Amino acid sequence: MITFDSVTKRYPDGTVAVDHLSLEAPTGEVTVFVGPSGCGKTTSLRMINRMIDATEGEILLDGRPVREIDPPTLRRGIGYVIQQAGLFPHKKIVDNIATVPHLLGWDRGKARARAMELLERVGLDPAMGERYPFQLSGGQQQRVGVARALAADPPVLLMDEPFSAVDPIVRTSLQDELLRLQAELNKTIVFVTHDIDEAIKLGDRVAVLRVGGRLAQLADPKTLLSEPADDFVREFLGRDRGIRRLQFVSTEGLRLRTDLTVPEGYEGGRSEPWLLVVTKDGRPLGWIAGDGRGGPEPYGTFRPGQDSMRAALDAALLSPSGCAVAVDEEGKVAGVATREALDAALAEAADA
Amino acid sequence: MRDALLADGPPAIWLVADGPPTIWEWIARNWDTGRGGSIKNLLGDHLVMSLVPIVAGLALALPLGLASVRWRWLYQPTAGLFNVIYALPSLPVFMLLISVTGLSKTTVIIPLTFYAIAVLIPAVVDGLGSVPDHVRQSAVAMGFTPLRRLLRVELPIATPVVLAGLRVVAVSSISLVSVGAVIGEGGLGMLFTRAYQNPFLPPVIVGIVLIVALALVADALLVLAQRLLTPWVRARRAS
Amino acid sequence: MNWLTGFFGDPANWSGPGGIPARLLEHVEFSALALVLAMLLAVPLGLLIGHTGRGALLVVVSANLSRALPTLGLLVMFVLLLGTASIWPVIIPLVLLAVPPILVNTYEGVRGVDPELRDAAYGMGLRGGQVLGRVLVPVALPLILLGLRLSAIQVVATTTVAAYTGLGGLGRFVIDGFATKDYASVVGGSVLIVLFALVVQIGFTLVQRTTVSPGVSQRVRSR
Repeated sequence: MITFDSVTKRYPDGTVAVDHLSLEAPTGEVTVFVGPSGCGKTTSLRMINRMIDATEGEILLDGRPVREIDPPTLRRGIGYVIQQAGLFPHKKIVDNIATVPHLLGWDRGKARARAMELLERVGLDPAMGERYPFQLSGGQQQRVGVARALAADPPVLLMDEPFSAVDPIVRTSLQDELLRLQAELNKTIVFVTHDIDEAIKLGDRVAVLRVGGRLAQLADPKTLLSEPADDFVREFLGRDRGIRRLQFVSTEGLRLRTDLTVPEGYEGGRSEPWLLVVTKDGRPLGWIAGDGRGGPEPYGTFRPGQDSMRAALDAALLSPSGCAVAVDEEGKVAGVATREALDAALAEAADA
Repeated sequence: MRDALLADGPPAIWLVADGPPTIWEWIARNWDTGRGGSIKNLLGDHLVMSLVPIVAGLALALPLGLASVRWRWLYQPTAGLFNVIYALPSLPVFMLLISVTGLSKTTVIIPLTFYAIAVLIPAVVDGLGSVPDHVRQSAVAMGFTPLRRLLRVELPIATPVVLAGLRVVAVSSISLVSVGAVIGEGGLGMLFTRAYQNPFLPPVIVGIVLIVALALVADALLVLAQRLLTPWVRARRAS
Repeated sequence: MNWLTGFFGDPANWSGPGGIPARLLEHVEFSALALVLAMLLAVPLGLLIGHTGRGALLVVVSANLSRALPTLGLLVMFVLLLGTASIWPVIIPLVLLAVPPILVNTYEGVRGVDPELRDAAYGMGLRGGQVLGRVLVPVALPLILLGLRLSAIQVVATTTVAAYTGLGGLGRFVIDGFATKDYASVVGGSVLIVLFALVVQIGFTLVQRTTVSPGVSQRVRSR
């Protein structure tokens, strides 16, 4: 656990970057610092591994003040990932990853083996280990940055806007990858971003900081979206708060109808306005009007219990029928969530 | 010191009745003797021998640099060749040229011009490379012809980098001219050879000071030229 | 051409203290001595200034001044002041002129290292010296070597000029030949010096190829 106890950072010119910050980043959870530029989020992060020293207050790492630990020793026990990855251009990928193990005096073979294992862990071909950083794309470099931070298996990981320099598609896949890794590794992660969507997606807890380095709100993402503490947080969260909150509403209890499917070759006869055409092996093909005329129309799917209400609603809005297609792991149709069913679930969510 | 000086038999103009002259007396006596070796004449020679390589170097490096940008494959061999030339020590090059151009100012001017080109080609290429692609694209889109684009857009933007190269060229040409004194054509460098042949310090000091001063003046003029030619660079820094 | 065959064909030029091998050896000795001394001074100083950011003005001033200072004038001044009892009055200006190119390029090289890289290095727990030695120097190496190469060019040229003040080396053939109108010696000596300068150039290029990481020079092709 990382504890900020009334931490202040004041520069000699009088600017206050962080102002009496008190919060806890619990063990095994992702705590995100988010806020506009100048809110002191990066400064706060960098005070944990003493890249910057606090002016007042105390930062505790599992109860021990970091002030008492020699900075290089402290840092070797904390993974650190930064925006441009900061890979050493003169070293091969495998040696980049093995940097901290080398510093800790691991033997060469063990460090290399660990590096190779981590390459695979972060979703890269182990053959890339023999390349140099300039031969990798931005997204790949960032994955190596994560692998390098994990090399000595530190319990704590500090990530300073690690995904903000890559394009949106790569960013999404890096975020998913991080969530997958975290599910396996259960690190204590402190993550800095200016992107509230990223904060909500990745954080177990989100600390919203305001300019001048004061904590505006610390809450889990769902609470943050439904109960912003003040106008600043509300404005920072931006539009569509209601819709975005739906991503924390489960589709588990959603009522599904199984009587709205018809096989391929259906030629009309049912009284329903829309029916879902399903292939022989149970996959959705498209919506068809109840009288059997017209081709199959587009559809959207979600996985009940796994995807959020936001995904279900999105799936419903993609089809002319206004219904969302529920599918199982293999993509086979499990049922249909009608407008009525979605409506009931939304009403329930609004009450919660 | 005084005895040694007399024993070595220095020329008459360096002698005064009561001992060696002070540096100021020496300057006053030698500034303008009406003969070829006066400080004033040497200063003139020095200016000519250093200015010609600077101007000629720029005049030749511009088209060579432009060609290297237009035809990329030209750059490596051209830059490589001039890199090699740049590495050649000046004195032996002067010596080898004597058989072609004789004991004349040209013998000093030609190698200095080549050194200037060696520094300026990369400066021109880098300068044109510093033109942002979006600027070039929008110039094309606005209908500039290639020549107008070069003159109105690309060269002005390249100016600071080219002038930075020219400053290096100016200062080193001015100091390198003095090596020519070994073959009898060194401008102010002649003060060094004369002082060595008749051991006497003031001419050396005067020569060094004048050459450094010339270099500083040339450098300052180029800085001034840069401010006048590229007012936007300063405006950007100020904002 | 006649001068060349005359010079290189004369067996007297190949032996004794005034022969080509002896003069070449002297030239190598003086150049290497000056370059090594300059390197010992300039590399640590450049690393220090680049790493700490303190003293940058010194670098800029020394760079500009060294270009403006006339080598011949400096040589003559030191010889007149200190005499010619030893080689040091000549070696000192050689070193003085060799320091700035190394100093400037080492400084620029270290200063030019991406701040993110420095940040990452400290963040992973490298100590100051380790950051310098394991990250900054390898990444700045191309520029440090460029400084050494420019300095070597300077030293080889200045050593030649220094023959004017009585120093040995290949410059002797040129200076003495010029004084006695022995043009075979002038041309032969000049050719020797030019060849020597080219060999030094090539040598530094080879050193650069072998010591700079392919990751920095980006000399590896993507597979």
